[in-house]
Amino acid sequence: MKVSTFKTAGKFSLLVLSLLVAALMLVGCSGEEKKEAAEKAAPAAPEKVTLKLAMDADPVSLDPHVQLSGGMLQYSHLVFDPLVRYDKDMNFVPRLAESWERIDDLTMRFHLRKGVKFHSGNDFTAKDVVFTLDRLKKSDDYKGLFEPFTGAVAVDDYTVDLVTKKPYGLVLNMATYIFPMDSKFYTGTDDKGKPKDAIIKTDYSFANENESGTGPFVVTSREQGVKTVFTRFKDYWNKDTGNVQEIILSPIKNDATRTAALMSGDVDFVMPVPPQDLDRIRSTDGLQLVTMSGSRIITYQLNEKRNPALADPKVRLAMAYAYDNQGVVEKIMNGFATAAGQMSPQGYVGHVDSLVPRFDLDKAKALMAESGYPNGFEATMIAPNNRYVNDEKISEAFASMMSKIGIKISLKTMPKAQYWDQFDAQVADIQMIGWHSDTEDSGNFFEFLSMCRNAETGYGQYNSGNYCNAKVDELTLAAQTETDPAKRAADLQEVEEIQYNEAGFIPLHWQNLSWASKSNMNTEDIVNVMNFPYFGDLVIN
Amino acid sequence: MFAFTVKRILQAVIVMLIISFIGFAIKHNFGDPIRDLVGQRVTAAERAQIRERLGLNDPFPVQYVRFLRDALHGDLGQSYFFKKPATEVIVKKAPATLELVFCAALIIVVLSIPLGIYSAIRPKSFFSRFVMGGSIVGVSMPVFLTAILLIYIFSVELHWLPSYGRGQTVLLFGWWDSGLLTADGLKHLIMPSIALSSIMLPLFIRLIRSEMMEVLESEYVKFAWAKGIKPWRVWIVHAFKNTLLPVITVGGVQLGIMVAFTILTETVFQWQGMGSMFIESVERSDTSLMVAYLVFVGIVFVLVNTLVDIIYGLVNPTVRVAGRQ
Repeated sequence: MKVSTFKTAGKFSLLVLSLLVAALMLVGCSGEEKKEAAEKAAPAAPEKVTLKLAMDADPVSLDPHVQLSGGMLQYSHLVFDPLVRYDKDMNFVPRLAESWERIDDLTMRFHLRKGVKFHSGNDFTAKDVVFTLDRLKKSDDYKGLFEPFTGAVAVDDYTVDLVTKKPYGLVLNMATYIFPMDSKFYTGTDDKGKPKDAIIKTDYSFANENESGTGPFVVTSREQGVKTVFTRFKDYWNKDTGNVQEIILSPIKNDATRTAALMSGDVDFVMPVPPQDLDRIRSTDGLQLVTMSGSRIITYQLNEKRNPALADPKVRLAMAYAYDNQGVVEKIMNGFATAAGQMSPQGYVGHVDSLVPRFDLDKAKALMAESGYPNGFEATMIAPNNRYVNDEKISEAFASMMSKIGIKISLKTMPKAQYWDQFDAQVADIQMIGWHSDTEDSGNFFEFLSMCRNAETGYGQYNSGNYCNAKVDELTLAAQTETDPAKRAADLQEVEEIQYNEAGFIPLHWQNLSWASKSNMNTEDIVNVMNFPYFGDLVIN
Repeated sequence: MFAFTVKRILQAVIVMLIISFIGFAIKHNFGDPIRDLVGQRVTAAERAQIRERLGLNDPFPVQYVRFLRDALHGDLGQSYFFKKPATEVIVKKAPATLELVFCAALIIVVLSIPLGIYSAIRPKSFFSRFVMGGSIVGVSMPVFLTAILLIYIFSVELHWLPSYGRGQTVLLFGWWDSGLLTADGLKHLIMPSIALSSIMLPLFIRLIRSEMMEVLESEYVKFAWAKGIKPWRVWIVHAFKNTLLPVITVGGVQLGIMVAFTILTETVFQWQGMGSMFIESVERSDTSLMVAYLVFVGIVFVLVNTLVDIIYGLVNPTVRVAGRQ
């Protein structure tokens, strides 16, 4: 659109408004009358607490094992219920498991809650946990996560052992992913003669369209991409909880529309809130905004193999000094991110408080002068333009910051549909990637992003910078089989420090999380850093 | 007339083949649909296995021929995201889009004809200038801006109209989800149809006006005036009837374009029709649904244009003469 047409538009905007109003009167009069009629027709039903919820996406399936994604986990917390879950401070709290104890190096024993029913009416027992773990080990998305487990063994109806192949420090983290499924309900064959327990990504399966969990809500109607209705499960084991009887979930993809839906009162709760609307919601009466620093780290990887200059540790350090994390967070992210100097966010065991962003242009210039490339060099760079918040703008800012220390970057951005193939092929010297740790643990970052690439073991699968340090590998692997929390933490923190000192990559920031709702809800109490609001606990006054 | 119709239909088939080929070529080069189906942790080897299972590793000609063969049986492929046949998904979403286009077309017809005629007859009056000025704004304002503006005025500020979605719908004939029969559904239709019509309406007003002005200058109208025929009869029966022909042609083409324009309108209003379905399928790299949509919209375009040509032939026999040559 040319500038001149915009000017015309501005000049005539009043005119167009009046035209619109005129048009609306023509069309709208009948609508207003009908609204009144409709209100009369529907008598006031007995008080029923309904939550109208709008998110940017809806669950892709009713089968919790079909995909590992934020949307699916949010759904799992509504309809299923995990053995344990995180509280706000990332402590483990009992759900279907009432307590747990370590029996030996390989075995963790869980004591299950009694009297829990599935939506189908079946009783929940240890058998269901065994069934669920077996199924997780068959799921394309989850089998990697559950690889360290041999399986689950039912000791009696209400006791189950999770057994690992080697000592494993993250059994509880993984138990947050075990949402027991109804083994009776999902066993056998359906009307079409297909096995009910099949996990199918792209076609019909029984589990894609039917559910039976132990969670606070039952799916009562679902039109994918349009609307899903959840109704409170009458026999839910935890009576002492939220008061929402029905949740109507509508996915609203467009950011402006999602905000407008909340502001106009069409929905009660939206997530996420687009950064440009934060102030608007904050300043609107009757609405509340809850934000939190998130745990997805955004980084640039520097490919040491493609570009010899990037193999020079002084150059990499200079780049880390030349990047203004805080400036980008303030100016481009509207303050809606937390500047990062490392991968592990606060609350993760590997987090080291002293590893902060280090913006210092003079130091960066000095380092460049000392390096083997005092006159700078040229580098190529790619980034997605619709994957992370403001990914394209951030990358442009990065390129211009690097130009101040003589590094000329030619940047290419592309939609995520094309990006990941290019990322895997390592087509550029500098590549962007964001990562959320599936295990809510630092080890996951290092296994995928900073261990030496190894096609056989899969370690370093997303390490497109080819950063490689034997000590990092050694410590990360040691942490995997370490069950002493203090020792594990020490190992993982050492990894962060090594990476920081070598500038193995450029950390940018952790994206913040946001939820907005009407102010008569205890929104603050049900949200968490994993972004699985516990709607079962939501109280609407 | 028969030969003319057969010829048009043959042309239509060829156009469809070309559209399907281009659509399929895009699909083939678009990117990996598997990325959106799996979590980040899934290894490259496992992704390759899934790709193999879905037949995405076969060479392009093999996949294209398979696609054509299935398409002849009415099978346009499987939507990865919806986990259903793509045709089923599109047919389910079509009513929403068609009702939206219908309402927008209704607004255009009802408003453009009287406004166009009036501003042709009284080109210098204040109201005509106002309409012409407004139409410039209408043409130059992007649909999504109009849509957002409408939402902010009528939903957020005034709370008159709902901001998103289709509201309550009624199931007709077992598959047509209609919003036209409930008060709630109609209320949800108002803003999207205004937004959708906002580009085409001014275009039509201007088209009708200029055609009409030309006709008003012609000899037979002057002759009609001379005969002392009543003004409204000259305007409507003599002049307006003859401006209709070009308007029908343009209208036919624009109707197709309007189906395409719904992409923006539907995205802003979270209107669950084919337009938003398409844009989301692009985002998710649900490539087979993408191709199915392109083919489907192609069919709509070709059908509408073929029909318009045939109607045109009926209205104006000289076209048929030309077609015979």
